[in-house]
Amino acid sequence: MPALDLVPLLPELVLAAAALVLLLLGAASERRARPGEGGGEVATVVTPLVTAALVVAAVLALVLDKTPATVLGGHFRFDAFAAVLKLLVLLGAAASLLLVGSYQEDERIDRFEFPLLALLSALGMSLMVGADSLLGLYMAVELQSLPLYVMAAFQRDRLRSTEAGLKYFVLGALASGMLLYGCSLVYGFSGTLAFPELARMFGPGAPGGVPTGVLVGLVFVIAGLAFKLAAVPFHMWTPDVYEGAPTSVTAFLAAAPKLAALGLALRLLFGPFADWVPQWQQVIVLLAVASMLLGAFAGTVQTNIKRLMAYSGIANIGFALVGVAAGTREGVEAALVYMLIYLVMVLGTFGCILAMRREGVYVEDIAELAGLSERRPLMAAALAVLMFSLAGIPPLAGFFGKYFVFMAAVRADLVWLAVVGLLASVVAAYYYLRIVKLVYFDPAAEPFEPPAAPGLRIVTALSVLFVLGFVVVPGPVFAAAKLAAAALLR
Amino acid sequence: MGAVPLGHYLTFAATLFTIGVFGIFLNRKNVIVILMSIELILLAVNVNFVAFSVALGDLAGQIFAMFVLTVAAAEAAIGLAIVVVYFRNRGSIEVEDINLMRG
Repeated sequence: MPALDLVPLLPELVLAAAALVLLLLGAASERRARPGEGGGEVATVVTPLVTAALVVAAVLALVLDKTPATVLGGHFRFDAFAAVLKLLVLLGAAASLLLVGSYQEDERIDRFEFPLLALLSALGMSLMVGADSLLGLYMAVELQSLPLYVMAAFQRDRLRSTEAGLKYFVLGALASGMLLYGCSLVYGFSGTLAFPELARMFGPGAPGGVPTGVLVGLVFVIAGLAFKLAAVPFHMWTPDVYEGAPTSVTAFLAAAPKLAALGLALRLLFGPFADWVPQWQQVIVLLAVASMLLGAFAGTVQTNIKRLMAYSGIANIGFALVGVAAGTREGVEAALVYMLIYLVMVLGTFGCILAMRREGVYVEDIAELAGLSERRPLMAAALAVLMFSLAGIPPLAGFFGKYFVFMAAVRADLVWLAVVGLLASVVAAYYYLRIVKLVYFDPAAEPFEPPAAPGLRIVTALSVLFVLGFVVVPGPVFAAAKLAAAALLR
Repeated sequence: MGAVPLGHYLTFAATLFTIGVFGIFLNRKNVIVILMSIELILLAVNVNFVAFSVALGDLAGQIFAMFVLTVAAAEAAIGLAIVVVYFRNRGSIEVEDINLMRG
């Protein structure tokens, strides 16, 4: 029995402690402030504190000793892969909270529970990327998902938001069920829950080949994770939830949870099942091809910008899965770099979407962006840069993300997959470039109000700077991806 | 494993799981039925875990089943809460009425 060492768990401990303390603080002071009303003042105190807790946890993940260590009875693991992904996921979650700005007040949902739910979800994401057993995987996924269901239905007096919450809940619960059923089969036919044990059993030189029961279980688990990633054919919830949920929630769930789910998928596929690449490769290839094509084609007919971002997200997960499908270290690095760049781009884009406000009302129609460049040249330029980057136009960051996943696929003899990806990205470029055309060449619509929140401006500006500057200083991103991939493929 | 062989438990659990999944997709009546189907899926998984656990002589599966029960309770609470707020806005929980956004 090893001594209880909680140091590698510090980021999660900070998050959990912050969640409990702030929940008590919020509940106590809300009752004192305004009984029976939505404690707006409490939310303005809790939100910055939650953001600070997320940043502190991210910094802890960065500075902790990255020698691989297991915690909580071997169900979780802290290594360089977990550290890099925790840093990104937590910073992404903090940035999505900064983006919220005055949205909550304007929509009259400025309740302190909102940042707390985001914090609990971020705690789940942080555990997800460190999961080292089937039990750890399941508990972390649930901790990440349950707060998100509530957040989607947060605007509880609006039909759209509650319908989004209901759809998200039903399909998410189905996904958890499939994930669990898969876990039970893997456990039953292998006899263990722990990833290192599974890796020994199915690693090189292990006898017995590929037991069918475990393989079926693995496919179920991949299907469950594909739901969380919003990969086709498990994407049905995405457009409705993105459209119906409050925009602040959409910005949150479009960014960090995707990266966490990809991190978990990589941990599972390249940990215990690293030697089964031929077995799971076909499944991932199918998910990637279907996601890229559906995301690209269905996005072309959308008129609501949040719905468009949902289809764009589906297509982008497809591109990231191309890197995973390669099944090589290069593919893992490319997928990580791709998701990092996508995370930054999506945060910046939602910064622009949250700035689409007219007389206190948030508009979501793409046509409302017409002629933005005349009245708000800076926002127009930011949106144009982000759209060009999402479309994959060099020399912006989005181009390099796509370039490296396609190169990884080509090197792994999946040339046709890279070709399909290229064609899909050409189709998807249509809807990104249509926004640029609207912004710069169409007659101006009514002007938007300038955004009140400084956080929104800062996050959007940083995102644009990253997208523009990536070509000049790509080093740190690749170094982090290399470090993470090396720790994963141990 | 007593008189009942493992295969029977697995067949039973697989049947329950399938009924649950079909309950979600083929159900045209009521959202509560969907919540029940979700419970059915989770219980099928629990049967699997406990049966495997006994057959393998390994406790981990039964502990996993405990965790699943706990999470299922939390999930049911959240699901029912969402159904309640939805009903307040829509005045109905018929599955065919959940159609504000197509998808």
